[in-house]
Amino acid sequence: MFWDYLLSALALGMTFLYGSTGEIITEKAGHLNLGIPGIMCVGAAGGCASLHYMIMGGVTNGFVLVVVGILCSFLSAALMGLIYSFLAVSLHANQNVTGLALTTFGVGLMKYIIFDLTDGNSVPYLQALNAFRFPFASANNAWKYCGVMVFLAIIIALVTSFVLFKTKVGLHLRAIGENPATADAAGINVTAYKYVATCVGSGIAGLGGLCYIMDYAGSREAYLSIEALGWLAIALVIFAMWRPHISIFGSLIFGALFIAGAFIPSLISLKILQTMRAAPLLKMLPYVVTVIVLIITSVKDKKENQPPASLGLSYFREER
Amino acid sequence: MAKNTTRTREPLFHVAKRGQMPLWKSLAIRICAILAALLFCGVLCIVVLGKNPISFYDNMFKGVFGTKRRIWKMLKDLAVLLCVSLAVTPAFKMRYWNIGAEGQVHMSCLASVACAFYLGGSVPNNLLLVIMLLAAITAGAIWAVIPAIFKAIWNTNETLFTLMMNYIATSLVAFFLVVWVPSGSSALGELSAGWLPTIGGAIDKYGYLLLVLIVALLTVAMFIYLKYSKHGYEISVVGESRKTACYIGINVKKVIIRTLIVSGVLCGIAGFLIVSALDHSITVDTVGGRGFTAIMVSWLGKFNPFVMILTSFLMVFLQQGSDQVVSAFRINDTFTSIVTGIILFFIIGCEFFINYKLIFHKKEGKK
Amino acid sequence: MNKTVALDLRGITKAFGKVVANNNVDLSVYEGEILAILGENGCGKTTLMNMIAGIYYPDKGQIIVKGEEVVIRSPKDAFEHGIGMIHQHFKLVDVFSAGENVVLGIDDKKRYNIKDVNNRVLEISERYGFSIDPKKKIYEMSVSEKQTVEIIKVLYRGAEILILDEPTAVLTPQETETLFSVLRRMRDDGKSIIIITHKLHEVLSVSDRVAVLRKGEHIATVNTAETSESELTEMMVGKKIELNIDRSAVAELAERLVVSGINSYDSDGIKVLDNICFTANGGEILGIAGIAGSGQRELLEAIAGLQPLESGEITYNDPKSGERVNLRDKTPLQIREMGVRLSFVPEDRLGMGLVANMDITDNMMLRSYRRGKSAFLNRKNPRALAGEIVESLEVVTPGLSTPVRRLSGGNVQKVLVGREIAAAPTVFMAAYPVRGLDINSSYMIYNLLNEQKEKGVAVIFVGEDLDVLVALCDRILVINSGRITGVVDARTSTKEEIGLLMTKTDKAPAESCEKEDRCDG
Repeated sequence: MFWDYLLSALALGMTFLYGSTGEIITEKAGHLNLGIPGIMCVGAAGGCASLHYMIMGGVTNGFVLVVVGILCSFLSAALMGLIYSFLAVSLHANQNVTGLALTTFGVGLMKYIIFDLTDGNSVPYLQALNAFRFPFASANNAWKYCGVMVFLAIIIALVTSFVLFKTKVGLHLRAIGENPATADAAGINVTAYKYVATCVGSGIAGLGGLCYIMDYAGSREAYLSIEALGWLAIALVIFAMWRPHISIFGSLIFGALFIAGAFIPSLISLKILQTMRAAPLLKMLPYVVTVIVLIITSVKDKKENQPPASLGLSYFREER
Repeated sequence: MAKNTTRTREPLFHVAKRGQMPLWKSLAIRICAILAALLFCGVLCIVVLGKNPISFYDNMFKGVFGTKRRIWKMLKDLAVLLCVSLAVTPAFKMRYWNIGAEGQVHMSCLASVACAFYLGGSVPNNLLLVIMLLAAITAGAIWAVIPAIFKAIWNTNETLFTLMMNYIATSLVAFFLVVWVPSGSSALGELSAGWLPTIGGAIDKYGYLLLVLIVALLTVAMFIYLKYSKHGYEISVVGESRKTACYIGINVKKVIIRTLIVSGVLCGIAGFLIVSALDHSITVDTVGGRGFTAIMVSWLGKFNPFVMILTSFLMVFLQQGSDQVVSAFRINDTFTSIVTGIILFFIIGCEFFINYKLIFHKKEGKK
Repeated sequence: MNKTVALDLRGITKAFGKVVANNNVDLSVYEGEILAILGENGCGKTTLMNMIAGIYYPDKGQIIVKGEEVVIRSPKDAFEHGIGMIHQHFKLVDVFSAGENVVLGIDDKKRYNIKDVNNRVLEISERYGFSIDPKKKIYEMSVSEKQTVEIIKVLYRGAEILILDEPTAVLTPQETETLFSVLRRMRDDGKSIIIITHKLHEVLSVSDRVAVLRKGEHIATVNTAETSESELTEMMVGKKIELNIDRSAVAELAERLVVSGINSYDSDGIKVLDNICFTANGGEILGIAGIAGSGQRELLEAIAGLQPLESGEITYNDPKSGERVNLRDKTPLQIREMGVRLSFVPEDRLGMGLVANMDITDNMMLRSYRRGKSAFLNRKNPRALAGEIVESLEVVTPGLSTPVRRLSGGNVQKVLVGREIAAAPTVFMAAYPVRGLDINSSYMIYNLLNEQKEKGVAVIFVGEDLDVLVALCDRILVINSGRITGVVDARTSTKEEIGLLMTKTDKAPAESCEKEDRCDG
């Protein structure tokens, strides 16, 4: 039972992990992208739509389905990132407002697309479920939730961590988020970095939406919960203190807390928990923990654990 | 990149900050943006939906003004949205990015419903309403002031903090729903007590007149507060320049905390109105994203309560108009948020042309 | 000597709004030389250098590097042409280590390995005699360490043309010497070095040639060996101009403000005020002269309750009650509540003294809005005051409801000075009150200051134009690097005398306050 719980938590956590990894990349470039929930939705829609058309077109090769599905998901989410960057980087628009508008748009777009795909009772894209749940597709326990995208999520998070903290590209990106004027003076193309970081970050976040539908939930209503998970992904960024490798464990904890309501009462036969139906309170825990982390880091004021110094500010070189 | 061989590469243009722009010009730019956005949606309508764009605009208009009932619905939605927008405005004017109105209103709703749930029937309705209002205001203010205290003392990032507070509020509501509705359906039936009275008899067929009047009053009050009170003046100074605030001896921490209490109180009123005049119940979706939409209303309205009437009208118009389009064209109802999103992108983008200008370098610029 | 031109500027012009920072500047730098750029504050030195480094883009003019005209759109372009700039304000990322900051932005297709970078940094610092730990985070560093990182950054890139914007301002004399020997070694290596400094003796000791800028224009470039301190001072400050500023006779002096031995540090830990002692008397204008950034701003802000003090006292003598109160560690509000009528026209008019987006009336209220018990603002009196000021000071404005940022510089200043005078001060402090103003507005401000003096107000005037200081003030206090280097009688002293005091660094700080206190006698 406990094993099942852990595996489910892991599988769900990967949805957050994609979102938070993507958001970390964006925030490291100094952009608070509140459009992540919408972007995850669009990523899910893009992926599902491509699967839908491939399956309707007779593609049965699991490998092709997974690779093309993931690519389309990434690209459609990255396009959303492009809209964001154009508004927030080139047009210096307010980041919060842009992000929120993007979420409105993204959630609507996804629902529109997926609703269109699931005409009647048949949901063609779900036929690709087994391909995504490779290598545990036939397993009849919690392992089956740990498909391709779970491993991909961990790989992406580790690679992102490596790139951010061990390569020059990461160094430049972090410099931009901390102090764009300095990065600019050092000869780094701030605008290009911001664009690429936002688009790649959005693309990765978009995979989270697809991961949730094709790996974890595998149901036709799954898409309805993605928005809520997106906000949790933003929380995870703070929890992980802007480090993707910590996000991996954070996502496990968040996942565990999120589904605790369904598991804990049967795991622990505590009477209070059962009578009080504490599930919603347990769902609250990830947010409370995040707030506590946020407070502790700001009180301790240790420079390394702070949000990027220029987060949320638009950079205009000739500002005097 | 083949042109790299030429020795002198001049940038095509560079961006410079613009001074003040005349009001009519900035208004014209915004109106153009909205028109361009509507035009874009019309084109989308032909390409994606294959429908006549004229009927698209027609339906949109009819959806809002078509019948008396629709007009009242529009007014009701406008009033609630405006109320939440008024709440976030003082904080924004101070450049405090409170995106937690959603949670603050939600907590206020919860407090109101709790009062009505436990006290309904045992106290007279008018007294109950007062208790509900006080509870809602307290809850909203507490939810707003917690992040403000941390911001003032430790400079904790308020955007992220308030965002989290939203979801803590949602979970609390979900929890109480489980407690109150043991059957597990998590839908609280309509409350029997704590209804805002209807006024005006025949005119007020749908019972929203009092709500609209209260919000109208609040709009005027907020305008006066921001423009004519000493508090409002301090908010402006802190928002415009911390340096000036220090120079004339304003206690910035105090102003932050005080302003967020005001903000929370207004969220409380909004929550109270939602419960007592509209929903008479609570769900995890009671606020329905108004807290977030309010941020855009306030920002687009340049933090002026009267302009915000127009911007919240724009948002409600988009919402309700596209709802009508959706039902007329028999398409998916999520079309609404797509249209809203697109129009917002245009309006957000056009701000650039109000604040900045492009200076083009002419080819012969080398002389 | 090799005389190949490394960098050539032709007709460079740059304006910020209406303020012309550089006007048609021509400048050449040769390979293998150290060129010093000398000029008073606001003469456009840093702006000019920023255009070479790609921070700003010139409005007009050409930049020629090694005989080829180039377009420098960004610092990256500047690096590509071998130009590296060490800015006066550190451009470092606080949370990064020294090594990470050094390698930032370098685009050499090599695999990034911080260990190699750190080794290289150690190599460079060893070669030139710096001492630095490449793994240390910037926010843990002292000022001089940060400066070292900045210099290593440029050395690491192997720039051919180095620009140093006042590199010695934060260094100890020993560190300065080390830096200079590094610079000389680099010059001998064939590199071009441009150094901006205010310190004349440094110019003379390190540079090969000196270019002097004044008011955005290039005055002359001379060989260091063929010039002298006095000639450079004269070029820097310009020929004496006869100004018809009335100087009213000193009325009865009354000791008003006694500043004794104050010390203060800024947020970077740099000492900005070093044992400052002086007395400001009611009925006279006390001028403060000094190169920009010598502590003038901090001094005024310390008196106004905005700059925390490490030690020392600021005592105010109430002219009515004769009471003495200490202003140290008081907030501006507390100072006002104690009945001290202190007016302050800060240097940053729109960022500090006024709220740029508010109209004249609302700006009038900044000082007075708290009056009365009502929760609402009383705009009647401020509006009347605004009208009065607009009329009496001839403020050109479309109306009282125009945001002040839309007014021209002179009119903005009239609004600010008008408001501060309306508070009927007993101490009136003004930092660069005529900067950017036309002649007429400037004279109006001088007259207002004189009026205040005649009323028995203690006026403290921080100025940059020495002609004005000499003609307007009664006494002039000269400061350099946060230290008082002299107090002179404005009636008898000359511009050159003051100019030398401004650049003097070898004088030991004032030993005690006793001596300075008597300077007015």
